[in-house]
Amino acid sequence: MVCTSLSSTYLPLYSKQVLFFGFGWLFFMRQLFKDYEVRHYVVQVVFSVTFAFSCTMFELIIFEILGALSSSSRYFHWKLNLYVILLVLIFVVPFYIGYFVVSNIRLLQRQRLLFACMVWFTFMYFFWKLGDPFPILSPISNIVLWKEWILSIEQLISRVGVIGVTLMALLSGFGAVNCPYTYMSYFLRNVTDSDILALERRLLQTMDMIVSKKKRIAMTRRQMYQRGEDQNKQTGFWGMIKSVTSTQTGSENLSLVQQEVDALEELSRQLFLETVDLQATKERIEYSKTFQGKYFNFLGYFFSIYCVWKIFMVKFWSQHISFILVGIIIVTSIRGLLITLTKFFYAISSSKSSNVIVLVLAQIMGMYFVSSVLLMRMSMPLEYRSIVTEVLGELQFNFYHRWFDVIFLVSALSSILFLYLAHKQAPEKHMAL
Amino acid sequence: MASLDRVKVLVLGDSGVGKSSLVHLLCQNQVLGNPSWTVGCSVDVRVQDYKEGTPEEKTFYIELWDVGGSVGSASSVKSTRAVFYNSVNGIILVHDLTNKKSSQNLYRWSLEALNKDSSPTGVIVSNGDYDREQFAENPVPLLLIGTKFDQIPENKRSEVLTRTAFLSEDFNAEEINLVSRLFLLYELSMTGFTDRKRFNFKSLHYD
Repeated sequence: MVCTSLSSTYLPLYSKQVLFFGFGWLFFMRQLFKDYEVRHYVVQVVFSVTFAFSCTMFELIIFEILGALSSSSRYFHWKLNLYVILLVLIFVVPFYIGYFVVSNIRLLQRQRLLFACMVWFTFMYFFWKLGDPFPILSPISNIVLWKEWILSIEQLISRVGVIGVTLMALLSGFGAVNCPYTYMSYFLRNVTDSDILALERRLLQTMDMIVSKKKRIAMTRRQMYQRGEDQNKQTGFWGMIKSVTSTQTGSENLSLVQQEVDALEELSRQLFLETVDLQATKERIEYSKTFQGKYFNFLGYFFSIYCVWKIFMVKFWSQHISFILVGIIIVTSIRGLLITLTKFFYAISSSKSSNVIVLVLAQIMGMYFVSSVLLMRMSMPLEYRSIVTEVLGELQFNFYHRWFDVIFLVSALSSILFLYLAHKQAPEKHMAL
Repeated sequence: MASLDRVKVLVLGDSGVGKSSLVHLLCQNQVLGNPSWTVGCSVDVRVQDYKEGTPEEKTFYIELWDVGGSVGSASSVKSTRAVFYNSVNGIILVHDLTNKKSSQNLYRWSLEALNKDSSPTGVIVSNGDYDREQFAENPVPLLLIGTKFDQIPENKRSEVLTRTAFLSEDFNAEEINLVSRLFLLYELSMTGFTDRKRFNFKSLHYD
């Protein structure tokens, strides 16, 4: 009976998985790697597989709530999905991250595989140690075999859960504060075109000063080089003394000018970054005046109220409204995560490290999704929680919820402090212009 | 020193192709030991004797403006970068021979730089699409440099050379092979550009 029900669910579920895989692949090619060359298809496959299985987990939750498929087949698919995603997150992705990092280091390139395995074993050691300080599992009562216990799903999931929940709490804490900050006009400084032009003029002036000093250095060096040739022909005692003294003062002058050049170059970098910042603020102001901007503005107010409410941890009075919120949370968190990943990727990637970064992103994404499932249990109506509890075993869910709230609070408060300081500093910097 | 004429040349290309190393090699006659990511723009100067040994010998300062970043940067970064593109005498486009995307991005780089050219005979570009005709009338000379040739395995080298031959044709270039350990150089000549901008790389020292 189990076999027939399984085969009937085989096709629709796995066809959807292929769809998710295809979507992950497309996202990878079109968005993330638009400007770069993917030399290793392994990276692409790993990323798309992680994405596909993460999305399937969400789909299974929805099936649970809708009552689609029979409960035994749902249970089977849950277990299978969890095993696969744990395999990918704990064995495959960290190993490949280690492998690509080691490949970038020239010294270790000969014994790449060996060092990659060493890195992976170090990772596994720390990963295992992670479970010790946290009260994750309830006391073990029914251990039959020691081997069974170690490899049991609870052990692995609990650790993945801790990392993922910490990450989620940090990100949502920061996001909860940053989102209203970014979209609300109140925080936007008044930036005029003349401000930007003044900064740009200063930047160009600095560049011109750097150029003139470098010209001096180049010409002096050239003259020293030419004089050096002549001096080699000078013989005698006075000739030697002359050559020593003249090159001394020459090189002293040079090092002074070089120091000035270094200081000016640092200034030019700062001016460049400030100008970029001003341009970005100006664009944000213009955007907030458009219709789309006003819409997001409104959403920002609404969302910030929700965030403030969440920060003070008010309890929900209706279980079924929370189900709708679960759906919204799923969609917005996937979308938000992908957008953030893309921006982050553009900011820090180069053709050398792009492989490592994509794999790290895949790891973060997988852990994020796994912990979403753990935390979502709280928002789900009571009758649907059973499957998650059943599959994930004896995990102490309350611990995760408390841990999330603590880290969320810490992250939100430190983000508020950080943004306040940054906001305070900005007008002072521009007053000095 | 002030009487020496000024020549401003932009060095453009994707992150990590080797622009900073190239500029350092050209100006300091040394290989750059620890390249790091360029923020904003870094300038270096090379003293060049044009037509050395002839009665028309003249010494120029060539300013190499190495602009950092990628073509996919945010628009705020692009508009800030545009500040550096004023009154340019020449552009060096650098691409990584091991990375096909960096060669393809060169079209976008050249469009970005030429759009901001403030000279009266500026190029008129239609919505960012590449058109060979535009480059034929372009008054700003372009030089195309491919780096990391030695990192390509022996069997793939002819394939890469064919690809770069097509690339230099698109930019309306003349092919000259100056093979060194680090660089494979193509020199582009535009109709009507004066000799003043032709660089003589034979005096480079490298190890």
